Amino acid sequence: MEVFIINLIAATFRVSTPILLAAIGETYSERAGILNLGIEGIMFFGAFIGFIVADKSGSLWIGLLVAILSGVLAGLLMGLLSVSLGVNQHVSGLGITLLLTGLSLFGFRLVYGGRSTPPAIPSFETIRPLGDVPVLGQISDQYLLTYITFLVIIPLAWFILYRTNFGLNIRAVGENPEAVDAAGVSVYVVRYSALAIGGGLMAAGGAFLSLAQLGAFTHGIIAGRGWVAIAIVIFGNWSPVKVMGGALIFGGTFALQLRLQAMGLQLPIPYETFLALPYIVTIIALVLAGRNASYPAALLKPYKREG
Amino acid sequence: MENVEKPRWRLVKTDNPPFWVKPLIPVLALIGTFILTSVLILLADANPFEAYYYFLFAPLENQVSLLEVLVKSTPLIITGVAVTYAFATGYYNIGAEGQLYAGAIAATGIGMAMHGIPAIVALPLMIVGGFVAGMAWALIPALLKVKLAVDEVVTTLLMNSVMAYIVSAILNGPWRDPNSGWPQSPDIAPSAVFFKLIPRSRLNFGFILAVVLILILWIVMTRTSFGLKMRAVGLGKPAAKFAGIKVERTILTAALISGGIAGIAGVAEVAGIHFHLIGEISPGYGYTGVIIATLGALNAFGVGLAALFFGLVETGAQTLSRALGVPVYLGQVTQATMLLVALGMLLLQRYKFRRM
Repeated sequence: MEVFIINLIAATFRVSTPILLAAIGETYSERAGILNLGIEGIMFFGAFIGFIVADKSGSLWIGLLVAILSGVLAGLLMGLLSVSLGVNQHVSGLGITLLLTGLSLFGFRLVYGGRSTPPAIPSFETIRPLGDVPVLGQISDQYLLTYITFLVIIPLAWFILYRTNFGLNIRAVGENPEAVDAAGVSVYVVRYSALAIGGGLMAAGGAFLSLAQLGAFTHGIIAGRGWVAIAIVIFGNWSPVKVMGGALIFGGTFALQLRLQAMGLQLPIPYETFLALPYIVTIIALVLAGRNASYPAALLKPYKREG
Repeated sequence: MENVEKPRWRLVKTDNPPFWVKPLIPVLALIGTFILTSVLILLADANPFEAYYYFLFAPLENQVSLLEVLVKSTPLIITGVAVTYAFATGYYNIGAEGQLYAGAIAATGIGMAMHGIPAIVALPLMIVGGFVAGMAWALIPALLKVKLAVDEVVTTLLMNSVMAYIVSAILNGPWRDPNSGWPQSPDIAPSAVFFKLIPRSRLNFGFILAVVLILILWIVMTRTSFGLKMRAVGLGKPAAKFAGIKVERTILTAALISGGIAGIAGVAEVAGIHFHLIGEISPGYGYTGVIIATLGALNAFGVGLAALFFGLVETGAQTLSRALGVPVYLGQVTQATMLLVALGMLLLQRYKFRRM
């Protein structure tokens, strides 16, 4: 039982990492007033680019870096459509997801052909800073990227959004772009920046899956994690710390389901119940938040400068 | 010295684009898409012009592949119509994918029970069953939207994932066909199978269903007061309310019709193509439906045309893949590029060049 719980906690952090990275990326975007439904495709693209670059260059870190860059570009493309052209955000986001998923599958087939066993690369190794300390040692056995996500990216997101001018501008263009414009700050630049940062983080989440967790790229590698991240952002009320909490709850149920399946336990209910549970919990959470969910006021509204 | 500014061409905003702009947009979008995707064709070591012949023209040259275009368009027409009802009302139903599977489950359940029952009974039962199932699955997010103001985009997306697990649970559990190595249900009764329109092709009654749904959409949107109400709500809720329209009821009804029709797409795939339930009934038809509804400008015939074109692209991608070895996913990339380019172009029609 003790081993089970230790493993579960360790797995929770591991499973939460990619979703949390993407959710923080979505937080930046939505705080600036853009719902980026390209998230699912950007994660997929990040997983693909990270894998192929790591495979061809022989360096996982170069793979990760190029994946992040590709995510930044995807974020800028979302900006071109939703910020500069003012296109409906649902449609442009879904279009980007369709485009990047297609591009990744196309590229993967082009490079690796249609072989039945997917190619694999040696993935990132975990680190274990607490060594042989009982219990904590095992829980601390994580990928460096997980540490970076929880200890650097989350505090940094909080700091940027609430303690810097840039963060104030991001939140302001999501609430009242006219006022920001009147203050002499370019709404477009702020929104593009937030989308670029967001895209980079989403792609990093995807690359975590292909470079750390799996060491491979498969068609089902993202499997709706981007949509979960979108729900977690609302669940977490657009606050980085609460979003982290939401990602951990999701990661926990997912890890529990994995453990139970791995143990080969004969349960009276299908294992899919556990898989579906986080989605149902999120829907219930949305209902409970209900009218109190404080959506950024300018979310989904394109900004056009008058005159 | 006179300080006169030289006349220059400028981009200015206009509310009345010249009449020739609108028909030009699809043509320009097509050319733009061709230029962008030819990069990928070159990467695949193929000649773009030759590739586009296989992609867009070869499927139209023989009867077999021409009928296949109609087969591939069928689910796209139906989900495109489904999404149009919702989007026209300003209800962003991204859940057609899950609603399609709800319809597919109902069709399979009813279809498996139809042994010894004539087609004249079986087919209407399956269609109605699929409609009701899609509607039921759409009911939850629709009620949450109108009663509790919960954003429908997120809930419908999440419900898609939940439905994927329900299908998986059914196929690994109660409906698992013991005679198959794959998670799939037993076949539906022969009388529950959609009849073929042309022998030795895959074209079936589902296509007729799709065409009928387009005609109904056209009639509802242009000839009924409900269509008027939907469009009024879609244009602006406060104004619609002021005009005495029951906004919440209109949204709820549109959302349920949308879900029901998406369910019929699932019926058509089970009864017309697969004859049993599998997890891969839809490679994302529900999401493509959103794109088709948008490209079709939420207009019944626009939706039909966009879906036919996407059906051509999917068939052509397979022809091209066989002929020149260009990966079949070029089809999906082309569809997405077409959407994004067209969206950009639609906005351009709001501007015109003027010498000033």
